[in-house]
Amino acid sequence: MSTMVVAQSPATAAPGAVLPGVRWALARDLRLALRSRAELAVQLLFYVIVVSLFPLATTPERTQLSAIGPGVLWVAALLASLLSLPRLFAADYADGTLEQIALSPYPLESLVVGKVLAHWLTTGLPIVLLAPILGLQYALDNELLVVLAAALLIGTPVLSLLGAIGAALTLGLRGGSSLLALLILPLYVPLLIFGAGAVEATRSGLGATAHLSLLGAAFLVALVGTPFAAAASVRIALD
Amino acid sequence: MIEAHDLAARRGHARLFEGLSFAVEPGHAMVVTGANGTGKTTLLRMLAGLSWPAAGEVRWNGQPVVPFDPAVRAALAFVGHAPALKDELTAVENLATLLELAGERASRDAIDGALDKVALGSRRSLPARVLSQGQRRRIGLARLSLLARPLWILDEPATALDAAGVALLAATIVEHLDRGGLAIAATHAPLGLPEPRTHSITLQ
Repeated sequence: MSTMVVAQSPATAAPGAVLPGVRWALARDLRLALRSRAELAVQLLFYVIVVSLFPLATTPERTQLSAIGPGVLWVAALLASLLSLPRLFAADYADGTLEQIALSPYPLESLVVGKVLAHWLTTGLPIVLLAPILGLQYALDNELLVVLAAALLIGTPVLSLLGAIGAALTLGLRGGSSLLALLILPLYVPLLIFGAGAVEATRSGLGATAHLSLLGAAFLVALVGTPFAAAASVRIALD
Repeated sequence: MIEAHDLAARRGHARLFEGLSFAVEPGHAMVVTGANGTGKTTLLRMLAGLSWPAAGEVRWNGQPVVPFDPAVRAALAFVGHAPALKDELTAVENLATLLELAGERASRDAIDGALDKVALGSRRSLPARVLSQGQRRRIGLARLSLLARPLWILDEPATALDAAGVALLAATIVEHLDRGGLAIAATHAPLGLPEPRTHSITLQ
């Protein structure tokens, strides 16, 4: 039966091919994000506005501002990332694409990696790039701004990775997006501590290496674990 | 050949069906009918490897099907309740994306031809958002005819299709059977498939 005529036409997929799966998910999600630019703009504006509200609400005093600045930027980054996470799988789940993704010959894990990468490029990377500009409002000097951006550069991919597990776990649940926040925000706490702590350590002359290394370790762990955890959650959600 | 042996399904505590056995040979179709909530979708998802049975097993070409079975995934074209279209993309882009996801590639001409066949040629550059439910279903039909997969599992493929659309669906399935493919469809409306090559089962 395997010699059926229809089965012989050329299929380009080598079963188990990882890179084409990553490429497919990355290209498609980036394209969809470009088609709905307004949504991306809303997330970034949210980040900009939240960060800008604190100096207005607290104090114009430079030393106090520079003390709270890194923390505020990190919290805003968490919230902005969280804002876009429910859409990571939910849209595909609702329109039936997730079934097709799970039934694709490519490994589901590779497709998850592509989606997470697209999520980081559309939300995490802009957050990193905007951080030095927004940090100026908090009277942070150049050295601190560089450390802040570096910490965010290592930390925001972890936000997307951990968030993908949460987004997959809450698929199809009522009130999934608020549950997602409850589930994921506690996991973000270590990132917040080491991320904001990196700037503090630099200021006090200790250097940021230790904090950045810990962020890097968190990134590696999340990178290895997330594809499997998120893919397993997607399979459970589809059953 | 796809076979079911003594298949049983539960949803929560409710039993949907039990002791279901059948075999569908290449070149044949099977139509699954039954009232709402009798487990048609559940059965199709089990055959596709998307859900697993409470008892019994599914075999594809003699091999037991495991959840998300790679062998089934490589052979299967699945049409679910939702047509898997992205509102932001045009009909052509949707088709190209879905084919690529299935690990296949079609030339722009082949995609245009398939859209012409389902009478969507003039709508090929419109975003799927503005298409009607029936037109979205027709894009799904075009996808089926472009995919080179021996096993078709179709969940209510006739939903929202007009009379011409149902005829087109039947013609597409028959063409597939002629090429040695096999098709399993859950349906409420008769599809008009050729009797001698069509089994049917009714879930109670």
